[in-house]
Amino acid sequence: MAPQRRTNVTPKPYLIGVVLALVLTVIPFGVVASRALPPKQIFVVIGAAAIVQIVVHLRFFLHLELKPSSPNQRIALCFAVVLLMLAGGTLWIMFNLHDRTM
Amino acid sequence: MLGKLTIDALPFYSGIAMTGALISVLGLLGAVALITWLGQWRYLWTEWLRSLDHKKIGVMYVTLALIMLVRGFVDALMMRTQQAVALDSHGYLPPDHFDQIFTSHATIMIFFVAMPFLVGLFNVIVPQQIGARDMAFPFMNSVSLWLTAAGAALVMVSLVIGKFSTAGWNAYPPYSEAQLSPGVGVDYWIWAILVSSVGSILTGLNFLVTIIKRRAPGMRLMMMPQFTWAALCTSVLIVFAFPALTVAAALLGLDRYLGMHFFTNGDGGNLTNYIELFWIWGHPEVYILILPAFGVYSEVVATFSGRRLFGYESLVYSTAAIAVLSLGVCLHHFFTLGAGSDVNAFFGRMAPLIAVPTGVTIFDWLLTMYRGRVRLSVPMLFTLGFIVTFVIGGMTGVLLTLAPAGRPMHDTTFLVAHFHNMMIPGALFGYLAGYQYWFPKAFGFRLDDKWGRRAFWAWIIGFYLAFVPLYILGFMGMPQRLERYDVAGWQPYLIVAELGAVFILCGVVFLAVQLAVSIRGRAGLVVSTGDPWNGRTLEWATASPPAVYNFAVVPHVHGIDAWWDMKQAGTAGRAPARFRDIIMSDDSSAGVALGAMAFVFAFAMVWQIWWLAAIGGIGVSGAVLSRAFRDRDEHRIPASQVEATEHRHLTAAVPTSGTPT
Repeated sequence: MAPQRRTNVTPKPYLIGVVLALVLTVIPFGVVASRALPPKQIFVVIGAAAIVQIVVHLRFFLHLELKPSSPNQRIALCFAVVLLMLAGGTLWIMFNLHDRTM
Repeated sequence: MLGKLTIDALPFYSGIAMTGALISVLGLLGAVALITWLGQWRYLWTEWLRSLDHKKIGVMYVTLALIMLVRGFVDALMMRTQQAVALDSHGYLPPDHFDQIFTSHATIMIFFVAMPFLVGLFNVIVPQQIGARDMAFPFMNSVSLWLTAAGAALVMVSLVIGKFSTAGWNAYPPYSEAQLSPGVGVDYWIWAILVSSVGSILTGLNFLVTIIKRRAPGMRLMMMPQFTWAALCTSVLIVFAFPALTVAAALLGLDRYLGMHFFTNGDGGNLTNYIELFWIWGHPEVYILILPAFGVYSEVVATFSGRRLFGYESLVYSTAAIAVLSLGVCLHHFFTLGAGSDVNAFFGRMAPLIAVPTGVTIFDWLLTMYRGRVRLSVPMLFTLGFIVTFVIGGMTGVLLTLAPAGRPMHDTTFLVAHFHNMMIPGALFGYLAGYQYWFPKAFGFRLDDKWGRRAFWAWIIGFYLAFVPLYILGFMGMPQRLERYDVAGWQPYLIVAELGAVFILCGVVFLAVQLAVSIRGRAGLVVSTGDPWNGRTLEWATASPPAVYNFAVVPHVHGIDAWWDMKQAGTAGRAPARFRDIIMSDDSSAGVALGAMAFVFAFAMVWQIWWLAAIGGIGVSGAVLSRAFRDRDEHRIPASQVEATEHRHLTAAVPTSGTPT
């Protein structure tokens, strides 16, 4: 009784997303398991893969269009600032504690 | 077969624990027997438990909160009694039991009283305030409710089967690690937090989307009622803060279950990481609890002063500023952890900044009352009690943000008094004011005035008696969470605090009496107009209790205080020219099933009964899939039926056009 909200849903973006997400998960696992890189570079690879993974989820699963000047864009930007604040503050605190206690 | 679960899990270790367990079990059996005797199971199931109506979900949330309030308060009373008598003696509670009680008291009060209470108020009111017919995700709303209830049930079960955590509500490692807390207590805590925090995150997302996307035409963000603004800011905080707690609890669980080393002392673990993660959630959580109360106060003050809220925009900006600042001050909860002076100084400066927007809101409320016609109703009493008492709590908070003062004061009863000053007159008074204010909205009759006043006076006198002595004891250096002590000078203060707890007990009892008296005398308290307080905001435009679809015709909003404008313009309460069909979500049993299965899963994980955990896990997925594969999940209410419902309401209601009642 509620057909009015049907939109065209194709599995294609989801499948692309799943494949990309799997690849981006396998890469860090593989690097850690094989220890192909020195530890510092492993961290960089994990971090980079995680960030790209976030973008993949947003783009292919949540269909967040990255068009400029849409209101969603603005909200997302505000939230990104908050996240940066949280992450930055945490890193500052944790490195400070590390330097003083280790 | 049954994992770690044996007959020893029953509380034979203490007569008092056994009594508590028996009372809980008898209470549950009594409730089941009563419903059976009344023959109301079918009604309860079809009309309430599986309902996706946001108003009914809200009522169930508040019911859960009130039930858990009783449990959490009994814990508090037991602790106060122990401390009043435990000078040079063991009192009446064994240490292990006392530790469980302060852990469960805080866990229950934060997660299963305050959270469901505020989410319940959001549920009943926010969609109506923005002119929406339903939440953005009605089914997810039901899932949130039942996950929260599953977490609460888990804490309650720990009273009967096994022991609860003794690690305090924040479960700091290394004490909460498997090495030092080998029992199931911390596991109960972890799973209660995990299950309920998922529910809270879903709630936050739901209200965020609902408020952004479902507002009535014409209602710009800067026209939303203050309570909705508070709900929006709270939702943002929930979405950002709660995942940190979920992750912290999950990592602690990995340490305990799989021998990992995120927070252990050795093998590369670092407990400071847990403390940081915990307070990334913990400080915003304070404002998650307080901001909704602020929203209630704003509505109550405007309504009962008969004036438009003073400084609407400054209140909005203050609320938002409090929310943003609260994300950046977590370190003031651990000045003593060992960070450098530059870090401590920065967070020590950031923290009192929050007092600035908070002060602005206080002045806005005062100036709204100034030259208004203040009606001293019960919600208004709670609000006035809040304003006076909260200022004290704010001042002691500013004192604690000074790192040099925070250091000697930390872990003393001064801190206990400070945060109870935030949580009782700050948050809980707001929820109680909201409960009194919106009760007629949800049920169509008011709560009894006389018993409401008695409850208020018992609560506020009890609060001062219970917590002013703790401030003093904090200055005298009494640590928190003491099960016994040998300083004779502390005892008189602790006896006064016990007396305060007795007053609060009266407050709790009076609230229960008020509810009973009001239900029995509801014929005399009925509100035929739907607008008992001469309200200003859009929720009073619907019938009381509202029809399932809230608004037969979605209103157009032209300014702040939309309902007041409609009353002034004489358009309030007029039947629309024509009615249309309304499409609403079908009710669903999947939410209840999901909550029940999450409980089974969590309980099995606590006791490491792996086959049962598998059943629970499959059950959770099954409930999600059963809902996801439904093709039809909405039904149409025909226009004729809408018209009949509205006609009944409109003939009963003759709205007062702006004259105070």
